[in-house]
Amino acid sequence: MTEEITNTHAIDLSKIRGDSVTKNISEEEICIKVNNFNLFYGEKQALENINLVIPKKRVTAFIGPSGCGKSTLLRCFNRMNDLIDSVKMSGEILLDKKNILEKTEDVADLRRRVGMVFQKPNPFPKSIYENVAYGLRIQGVNDRRTLDDAVEKSLKGAALWDEVKDRIGESAMGLSGGQQQRLVIARAIAIEPEVILLDEPASALDPISTLKIEELIYKLKEDYTIVIVTHNMQQAARVSDYTAYMYLGKLIEMNDTGTLFTTPRKKMTEDYITGRYG
Amino acid sequence: MSNISQHISKKFDVALDDIHNKVLGMGGLVEEQLKKALLSFINSEQKTAEIVIENESQVNTAEVAIDQLYINILVRQQPAAGDLRMLSAISKTITDLERVGDEAEKIAKMAIELLDKKDPKFAYTSINSLGKFVSQMLHDALDAFAKLDSKLALEVALREPESDKYYASIMRELITHMMENTKNISGSLDAIWATRSLERIGDHSKNICENVIYLVEGMDVRHISIEKMQEMIKSDR
Repeated sequence: MTEEITNTHAIDLSKIRGDSVTKNISEEEICIKVNNFNLFYGEKQALENINLVIPKKRVTAFIGPSGCGKSTLLRCFNRMNDLIDSVKMSGEILLDKKNILEKTEDVADLRRRVGMVFQKPNPFPKSIYENVAYGLRIQGVNDRRTLDDAVEKSLKGAALWDEVKDRIGESAMGLSGGQQQRLVIARAIAIEPEVILLDEPASALDPISTLKIEELIYKLKEDYTIVIVTHNMQQAARVSDYTAYMYLGKLIEMNDTGTLFTTPRKKMTEDYITGRYG
Repeated sequence: MSNISQHISKKFDVALDDIHNKVLGMGGLVEEQLKKALLSFINSEQKTAEIVIENESQVNTAEVAIDQLYINILVRQQPAAGDLRMLSAISKTITDLERVGDEAEKIAKMAIELLDKKDPKFAYTSINSLGKFVSQMLHDALDAFAKLDSKLALEVALREPESDKYYASIMRELITHMMENTKNISGSLDAIWATRSLERIGDHSKNICENVIYLVEGMDVRHISIEKMQEMIKSDR
């Protein structure tokens, strides 16, 4: 009789307690690993001894007050900071076990593997179709069939296809802000990157468009590793699997999102997420 | 009936559906515990009573697990309106279910206590009737919860005074029995404890119904008279 009860009503505790979300992520599951990383803008140190891992095909969120370095760290993952002259870096950022900070790193190739979406949608002043096909065209792909397929697949992947399929020849500038942002995501995934970096992707959007972007992020993690920077803590709680809290250039705490938002280990994290910061 | 699904966020749909199902799973477990506890008491079955006591921890585990899930959904999905009422109702319902589990365990313990005592067998028919009555209440309350059916919930909540009548009548029988002979006291007291537990299960079932009404109708019907409750629900339809 004991067995009967156990079988009929068994509740899988491991799933509920998040035991399956291991805190010690195995080597194979790591996409990006940051070791003893420091970054200076001129004399000013913006990131201090950062050590963390970004797991594969998961959503990792960086939260923290303005100026804490979260966007700076995000931009290191595809070396966008190279565009700023005074930047100096030390330490390692390993993407698939290879240090992307090496001088020999092919930055153009890195940015193909690590795509980025910004706060304000930035479609090109071209047609919807050409926006998505752009990345492939600059890689030399010109076959119409290949491009058609890639555009359709990417727009579907970005949950935009149904809304624009009858007007993909029209200018992307005519789309709403939320649609433009999903178009930019479609453009990013058209070249099939490994990682997608999202810097405040929904902060310029209305609540429903925001939820659509969040739902899209949830779907995209099936195929891509996603790192998102957000000012909106609730958004981090909704979309991410892991959350890292940063403050004044330091990583204060990183944990699986459920744990970080219910039982943070550091008082600083608790103060920030409960609105006692300042 | 309100809708659990159809959020823009599929993840939220899945989470709500999952926690709702887990509560029903816990409900099934508790129903089974009650059924066995009553059986062990009425038929003086030691083995069945021991099984109930042994399985009590499963009910506790389920409560803790669902509670964690609930906290996680609260913090991660920031539910509002019907979703928030659903989670609030879930949180309260699992507390009631856990207590029903405790009461079932108490009944099983009394069954074991009574094995070596002069038991008031004559009262067992009425105790069994009360047991069947509250078991049905619990079953229907969980059914209302599963279907998010406030009409059924109201109907079940209205049955609660009936269980009080059963309780009062059994108490009278047992008090008389104790007055007849002091040797009857020990066994009668154990039977009273079990009866008391059954009556409490009726109360918890009613609470679950009130949770369902709050969840579906958005009306707090706790601590108000039956007539008022009926009126509130009718006027809103």
